Amino acid sequence: MSKICIVFDRLRSEEKMLEKQAIELGHNTTMLDAKITQFNTDSQKNDYDFGNVVLERCISYFRGLHFTACLEFLDVPVINKFVVASNCGNKLIMSLCLKKNNVPTPKTYFSFSADAAKENLEKVGFPLVLKPVIGSWGRGVIQLKDNDTAEAMFELRELTNGPHDRIFYLQELVKRPPRDIRVITVGDQAIAAMYRKSSGGFKTNIALGAEPELCDITKEIEDVCVKASQAVGGGILGVDLMEDEKNGLVVHEVNNTVEFKGLAKVAKKNIPKEMVEFALNSTRK
Amino acid sequence: MNCPECDASLNIPDDAAVGEIVSCPDCGADFEISKKEGVNVELKQAETVGEDWGE
Ligand SMILES: Nc1ncnc2c1ncn2[C@@H]1O[C@H](COP(=O)(O)OP(=O)(O)OP(=O)(O)O)[C@@H](O)[C@H]1O
Ligand SMILES: [Zn+2]
Repeated sequence: MSKICIVFDRLRSEEKMLEKQAIELGHNTTMLDAKITQFNTDSQKNDYDFGNVVLERCISYFRGLHFTACLEFLDVPVINKFVVASNCGNKLIMSLCLKKNNVPTPKTYFSFSADAAKENLEKVGFPLVLKPVIGSWGRGVIQLKDNDTAEAMFELRELTNGPHDRIFYLQELVKRPPRDIRVITVGDQAIAAMYRKSSGGFKTNIALGAEPELCDITKEIEDVCVKASQAVGGGILGVDLMEDEKNGLVVHEVNNTVEFKGLAKVAKKNIPKEMVEFALNSTRK
Repeated sequence: MNCPECDASLNIPDDAAVGEIVSCPDCGADFEISKKEGVNVELKQAETVGEDWGE
């Protein structure tokens, strides 16, 4: 019998669905709260009950990333791998991965001081989309339409002055219908997709109230997603696409700990089942 | 079970599990279920949303 461990920090319906599926498939299943788990430099795999494979599902990116490092130190197979989590967790690193591997992605500018970012804005012109390199659910993503908004945003960053506030990630505003496409990939295969529609503004994130609607996985979507998955190192991912009027499908982001509660209700495939089976199969190779 | 913050009555579903979040309908405070044995439930203050939270 196979044994799977699901690591979480906040139990969402996704983690409960994964647990239920794993049990239904007959696997010995444990749920582990990362917040109360201890490691040290002498820790051994046998001290723990991780089973054949761990699904790392922390809502906090840095917690999950560091937890994954500890698991890999113990030679415990974990989905996603550290390198994948690290590629996806930072938008700048991810954009570089995508471009390097010839995955179509919006043109993006990187600066390392507010002054340099302003200089770039003057050269390139408005509008551009400013995004924090770390973060999700569309938080902090803002359209810079003119000098005033840009100045205000840069000033705010000086106030918060976090380590990532000095990294300026500015992206061309993609002309597209008022929706984007979220595709879930499991082991370099697209298994389900939905449209995320905006509820008025330019953001289409479900967390912001956008309505999920099933999207057919065309050959083109499949191809782009497979390439995007391979570019960051594979595993279980959420690939976000925009339908650029000028360039066709472009990937603007790949998510490491994908949420799927909305999509699971309408998808043809059983998403948590695909994930559990992939995780266990990946250890048998 | 009542809200530790404002004493309003909290509705905790039977299938709720340790690690899940319950929100108070009155004051909006979030609590994490830290223990659950049958009908006995213990709560702790939930973590606040971090900058690095999400997918
Ligand atoms: N360059 C762009 N042009 C037009 N719209 C964009 C662009 N980049 C992002 N958006 C829109 O803004 C929203 C948030 O962007 P993005 O997905 O990059 O942020 P996020 O915080 O990583 O969100 P999530 O993790 O939910 O995908 C998305 O709905 C997307 O459609
Ligand atoms: Zn309350």
